[in-house]
Amino acid sequence: MLLHGKVSLALHYLREGEGRPLLLLHGLGEHAPATEPAWCNEWPGPVTALDFTGHGHSTVPRGGGYSAEMLLADADTALAALGEVTVVGRGLGAYIALQLAGARAGSVRGAVLADGPGLAGGAVTPTSSSFLSLEPRSTPPDPYALFELSRDLRPPDYATLFVRMAMEHSGLDEPITVAAIVRPQWLAAVADEVGVAQASVREALATYQSL
Amino acid sequence: MAPDRDYSIAAGQVNIAVHEWGAETADPMFLVHGGFDFARTYDVFAPLLARAGWRVVSWDQRGHGDSDHTELYSWDGDMRDAMAVMDSVTSRPAPVIGHSKGGALMIQLADAQPYRFSHLINMDGIPYRRRIPDVSDHERTRMMAGDVQRWLDDRRKVSQASRKPGTLDDLARRRGRMNPRLSHEWLCHLVTVGARHDADGWRWKIDPAMRFGGFGPWRPEWTITRLPGLPMPFFGILGSELEEMGWGTLPRHVAKYLPDGGRCEVLDNVGHFVHIEQPHLVSSMILDFLGGAS
Repeated sequence: MLLHGKVSLALHYLREGEGRPLLLLHGLGEHAPATEPAWCNEWPGPVTALDFTGHGHSTVPRGGGYSAEMLLADADTALAALGEVTVVGRGLGAYIALQLAGARAGSVRGAVLADGPGLAGGAVTPTSSSFLSLEPRSTPPDPYALFELSRDLRPPDYATLFVRMAMEHSGLDEPITVAAIVRPQWLAAVADEVGVAQASVREALATYQSL
Repeated sequence: MAPDRDYSIAAGQVNIAVHEWGAETADPMFLVHGGFDFARTYDVFAPLLARAGWRVVSWDQRGHGDSDHTELYSWDGDMRDAMAVMDSVTSRPAPVIGHSKGGALMIQLADAQPYRFSHLINMDGIPYRRRIPDVSDHERTRMMAGDVQRWLDDRRKVSQASRKPGTLDDLARRRGRMNPRLSHEWLCHLVTVGARHDADGWRWKIDPAMRFGGFGPWRPEWTITRLPGLPMPFFGILGSELEEMGWGTLPRHVAKYLPDGGRCEVLDNVGHFVHIEQPHLVSSMILDFLGGAS
């Protein structure tokens, strides 16, 4: 377990290996897989997977208060423990992987953005969304995580800032790969940026493992 | 003046400290504090409103004052806590007065749940835009990268964070750096109600996990665009003196967004904390706006 503020985060080691770790980030309402997915069988390094706050074996906070940025800090806590990584994110985890690739460009050697729950997120500008109090569940995922992270605003020009940060500071020609078939507005904008490749997860990992 | 009643309510799993001034049977009004403040910053201002016949209800936002420290903090979380306090006091529309971040929060709640509001008063809490000069895309990316890395570096250490202890005078002087226009005597009073006295000195009660700054997709100008559609009477009070904790919003920024019949006034030679610098003037302006006693 890792500590991020008052939250204990579960970082799972799915497989041992030699070299740079692969960090898997799950989608909204999911948790880390129990075994390594088939598409990363060829990855030479250790395969790890994080449970975000409110998911899997990580702490479920009292009273919600989720943001994508706080999940970025979850992922950054894992990064601090692992050192240099390549990251693969599904759905919500793809959005967080993008942010991590920009924010910690020197430590993320490739980020792969894949389809999964929570990929679209909320609107791109403010909405008339109201506010609700939810009853806690006895088991994760936290209902507040599902509610709040499914409507967080994702302006395309905010998402592309992370691509530019990755381009400026990673030293890689293509620090980000979009593997997702579905392209919500933020991801379509990301895919159009210089430095963003488009390939399957398996192809992207083959490229990034050689870095 | 200390509140007439202090208690806490359960906002879901979070305990929120509530403070009231005035008769319990009077009509309620709500006071919402700003970021890094707490309800007892209304110790002079709230009694002036209570004296006019109101039950004045304020609360410490999560992580602030005597309310619970939580794992996560967010705008939505603050909004739900506000709803829980309001629901615990009344099911009828009531006047709401918000300062700084509390004012901005209440603009959004008034837009989302107008049935809670009979009047909305905003004290220097209308975000307009970031006060940064025009910069190139390259420079903006560099600034953003720096902001994000500093914030993440801070998050890596936050588990061990604690408020620095000091004497009462030390804490008042530290606070004075953020509130340069407030008297040392007032800041010392704030320490006695907003800090706790440990064996090694005074410490602010606010959760050490909270910090200024940060980043995200939210843009200040998104709040002001909710103003024109507000159905309740609206009164904005701005201070003319720009301060670090204020938004720097000017009347000309607000004018075109005012709702029907809405008013906005600026107080000359007054800073961001209009209700602390000029409690008598501001309370009388608000009472006039509300039509006197409840």
